[in-house]
Amino acid sequence: MGRITLDKVTKAFGDVEVIPPLDLTIDDGEFVVFVGPSGCGKSTLLRLIAGLEDVTSGEIRIDKQPATHLPPAKRGLAMVFQSYALYPHMSVRKNIAFPMKMAGISEAEQKRKIEDAARVLNLTDYLDRRPGQLSGGQRQRVAIGRAIVREPAAFLFDEPLSNLDAALRVGMRLEISELHERLKTTMIYVTHDQVEAMTMADKIVVLRKGVIEQVGSPLELYTAPRNTFVASFIGSPKMNLIEGAEAAKHDAKTIGIRPEHLAASSTEGEWKGTVMVSEHLGSDTFLHVTETGLAETMTVRVGGEFSVRHGDTVFLTPDMTKVHRFDAAGLRIA
Amino acid sequence: MARAVTTQRKALNTLIAWIIGLLIFFPILWIAILSFHSEGDAIKRPLEVLTSQWTFESYATVQERSNYFRHFWNSVIISVGSTVLGLLIAVPSAWAMAFVPGRRTKDVLMWMLSTKMLPPVGVLLPIYLICQKLGVLDTRIALVFILMMINLPIIIWMLYTYFREIPGEILEAARMDGASLRNEVIYVLLPMAVPGIASTLLLNIILAWNEAFWTLTLTAAKAAPLTAFIASYSSPEGLFYAKLSAASIMAIAPILIMGWFSQKQLVRGLTFGAVK
Repeated sequence: MGRITLDKVTKAFGDVEVIPPLDLTIDDGEFVVFVGPSGCGKSTLLRLIAGLEDVTSGEIRIDKQPATHLPPAKRGLAMVFQSYALYPHMSVRKNIAFPMKMAGISEAEQKRKIEDAARVLNLTDYLDRRPGQLSGGQRQRVAIGRAIVREPAAFLFDEPLSNLDAALRVGMRLEISELHERLKTTMIYVTHDQVEAMTMADKIVVLRKGVIEQVGSPLELYTAPRNTFVASFIGSPKMNLIEGAEAAKHDAKTIGIRPEHLAASSTEGEWKGTVMVSEHLGSDTFLHVTETGLAETMTVRVGGEFSVRHGDTVFLTPDMTKVHRFDAAGLRIA
Repeated sequence: MARAVTTQRKALNTLIAWIIGLLIFFPILWIAILSFHSEGDAIKRPLEVLTSQWTFESYATVQERSNYFRHFWNSVIISVGSTVLGLLIAVPSAWAMAFVPGRRTKDVLMWMLSTKMLPPVGVLLPIYLICQKLGVLDTRIALVFILMMINLPIIIWMLYTYFREIPGEILEAARMDGASLRNEVIYVLLPMAVPGIASTLLLNIILAWNEAFWTLTLTAAKAAPLTAFIASYSSPEGLFYAKLSAASIMAIAPILIMGWFSQKQLVRGLTFGAVK
């Protein structure tokens, strides 16, 4: 079981408060992603849960047991690091066995679990190699293997895919999601990549400067961002935010419209602008439109066949049902 | 494009390198040559020395007159003992400074280094008197302790530098894997630091083996190591080149052989590929 509760947790490094009082509950079996720009405190938060950093005040409970002052070894959590952090002087087999050896599990049991983990993670042929002889993806799988065999209350992932190339990242993303489906263990995953957050999470926690901006399912965050920060952080390409007269028409300080909720035409529409760049991805084309009088650039997602060039005039029409409204404080107007 | 190096230039560079190398090595080579000649031949002119009779006579006399093995054994105990004792203290110290640095860590390191700037003769009297009062003059235990303290700053500095190269995340991973501090050090930190610890061990054994100031002033007969053994062949009985040379060769040979065989250990790197 792995229900984790943070109660008014704060963290300060010297005089700098990186996490102001923060409350959060992570339910058993949930896949929770902490996402935010670099320096938002997401890794610090994970390390507080892991016990690698001490909280300045507040309380952490794991399965209703107070864990605030427990050392990392006693919390029953497993962690996968960005750098993999494998033991370079041990074979893959010994790396995976290490947590079991520390827990005093019998040799026979260790052997069985190592073989199970190796089969699940496609590492059977590599058990006798050293980490230095493996590729990035294989090393990451060893790190995951080392975490699985502990049968932890929860898995903690600290940007585990950042060191992998793009193709491998997509593959590993699926593998981790599959693993969660199979194990049904609580997972907390830290990333700065909102695509990873959207594709993997049951629940996303958006952080900025140590403060939780919004907690919700990927679709909730996409359809009803609580403020302009979440609105522009979630979704790719970013939501267009428009201020001024156009926003005032909707009784708002700022309105937001996602690139996919704008229609483009070369002949007629609500707003007129000039194409600066058009990015053809095959399936889609992203237009970056300037001189609309609304925002510096407006991003529009159109079909792959839509063909315009730099300097062409283009007309944009928003889907009025998909417009997000925000007040002067940047908060969503329902 | 690779730099073009002509054959002549290469040959010239090689020649210069050999000359410099031989110049540095020459004193030791000459001592070795002298040690294989009789006392009478050893004071002849250099060319005559080379052409005169080669003999083991000096070695025989040296071994007859003094107990080489007792000195050798004292040297081994003092150098290895002080280094191992130093490592036992230095490993936790270096661990603390490398992985849990505080605001004053840098100052502590500088302070330790500053003790090496003190001229030893400045503290000779107090240390001599302390040893006398404690009744440990001319004992190996006193030298083990004093040489350990003299070399401790270097041991800690070296280990600190090696430990700093070990990624902290690996130790954190061990902590997450349920390792106690003791297990973290024994199973993860020390094996990864083996090359560093080995070179620290080796260098400090050499330093302690060669240390002459304290070993000469604090010993008389019982605990005297090889430095005292060499010194006993210099001034008191006048200069005996051949016997002095033989004694010197016998004193430096063990440490030279040890250095030769452990070269590989010093350069082996283990941490490659651990991170990234």
